[in-house]
Amino acid sequence: MSHHIVEVKDLRHVYPDGTEALRGVSFRITHGESVAIIGANGAGKSTLLLHLNGCLVPTEGAVRVGDFPVTRSTLPEIRRAVGMVFQDPDDQLFLPTVREDVAFGPLNLGLPPDEVERRVEDALERVGAAHLVDRPPYHLSGGEKRRVAIATVLSMEPSILVLDEPTSGLDPHARRRLMGLLGEFHHTKIFTSHDLDMVLDLCERTIVLHEGMVKADGPTRDIFLDDRLLADCRLERPLSMQGCPICGTKK
Amino acid sequence: MATIDGTSLDFRLLDRLSEGHSAIHRLDPRAKVLATLFFLVSVVSFGKYEVSALFPFFLYPAALIALADLPALFLVRKTALVLPFAAVIGIFNPLLDSRILLHVGPLAISGGWISCASIIVRAALTVSAAFILVSVTGFPSICAALERLGMPRTFAVQLLFLYRYIFVLIEEGKRMSLARELRTFGGRGPGMKHFGSLVGHLLLRTWERAERIHRAMLARGFTGEFHPRRPCRFGAWETLYLLGWSALFLLFRLENIPRILGTLVAGVLE
Ligand SMILES: Nc1ncnc2c1ncn2[C@@H]1O[C@H](COP(=O)(O)OP(=O)(O)OP(=O)(O)O)[C@@H](O)[C@H]1O
Ligand SMILES: [Mg+2]
Repeated sequence: MSHHIVEVKDLRHVYPDGTEALRGVSFRITHGESVAIIGANGAGKSTLLLHLNGCLVPTEGAVRVGDFPVTRSTLPEIRRAVGMVFQDPDDQLFLPTVREDVAFGPLNLGLPPDEVERRVEDALERVGAAHLVDRPPYHLSGGEKRRVAIATVLSMEPSILVLDEPTSGLDPHARRRLMGLLGEFHHTKIFTSHDLDMVLDLCERTIVLHEGMVKADGPTRDIFLDDRLLADCRLERPLSMQGCPICGTKK
Repeated sequence: MATIDGTSLDFRLLDRLSEGHSAIHRLDPRAKVLATLFFLVSVVSFGKYEVSALFPFFLYPAALIALADLPALFLVRKTALVLPFAAVIGIFNPLLDSRILLHVGPLAISGGWISCASIIVRAALTVSAAFILVSVTGFPSICAALERLGMPRTFAVQLLFLYRYIFVLIEEGKRMSLARELRTFGGRGPGMKHFGSLVGHLLLRTWERAERIHRAMLARGFTGEFHPRRPCRFGAWETLYLLGWSALFLLFRLENIPRILGTLVAGVLE
């Protein structure tokens, strides 16, 4: 299905204050791929993701999602297809209760009330936050907020899932659970992360951003074996690929 | 900064009360908004020396608190917090207006004192009515109701955003003042020197966060349309509610009930 394809061509983005965050980024992600975008702080990861559903407008270059170029007139279709979880869950939650927040997207899609209700329960169940349904979002812990923020997007049943650092601030159990959840999501998914072990587990492909440019793009395992590249980009091997500190064996 | 902290949480609590399931909560928001408007107009339209005729209006907040099962003490405290502001507005009246209007035994009361009292009573009435409206309806539903009553959609959306961004502003302010406090080690720190930059920062940060929230809303398909929590229908109950209160307010406005009661009681005693 072509509507799960994401294509970015020569994307450049200069913020109004003159910061050049992206300097010619190109890649193509096809249906069902699971892709990680990694890079140091300030490499431009969040900026890149914000272009994928039209939150930011390219200074130069173009983004295509499925059959549509991302432009003002195609935004409703794009936003229906691309579900985006932002880096800061506080930006995403703004209604008086978790239930209403998770229902916000489906209601905007014009779904009937009982379908909305079903999706809310389903999405919260999947992120393990069903018990939070009547709580106000601003009283939750950081990790709970993040799970709810992910539910607000799952409830829209997007065909492309985009997440900005989904596991930051999660406890080990919640992280595992989220990884399981993402593993079950069989459509296209794209996420940024500093959790390189998760990247290794979940993504067959990794794109390395460095100072606003694509420094490498290929199979995750190959990228993590390239120590030189990792050092250049202020990254390092995932712990599971480093030697065992106790028995001293090297993988 | 504990006060700022408390304020924002309390206002959100008000919003949370709107999830109740009483008969009042279930009414169409339009009926509640219109009844509140009618109440406000009735209260505000009294002459400036009127005090006694205002008291019957307390029936409205009292009845709603009882019917909707709202925490009375909490609402009274919230309302009381606002009264000092009203007192500030009225406090100069006794100085400006010293005409004697009333004698209570040996005590002569000037028009200034009466109008000051009137302002405070009116503030208590209007503020409590507004708080109650939010607690039985919820702010998003109030905006939706205003829109369905004919307010242009852009205004209604602006109102909703304004409400949301006030919390953003308070939260950013809280975070910054905490950050500052933690690094001044209980001392006074550089004091006012950095105050300007602090405020500037606060506005910028609020602006940016507001933009990110708006962005996240758009990302979830927000088109400026409201989707009320409950299906709303202006039915028989709503009509009854609105007509009932309006008739009562009209009566309270046109007749001074306490005075009538007073003469009645006096008549019986004679
Ligand atoms: N609103 C903005 N205005 C100006 N510059 C910005 C803005 N947002 C980000 N930048 C700059 O753009 C660059 C890329 O930022 P971006 O947020 O995309 O980084 P990132 O890769 O997501 O980093 P992190 O891992 O810390 O989240 C940074 O140098 C940042 O300072
Ligand atoms: Mg980022």
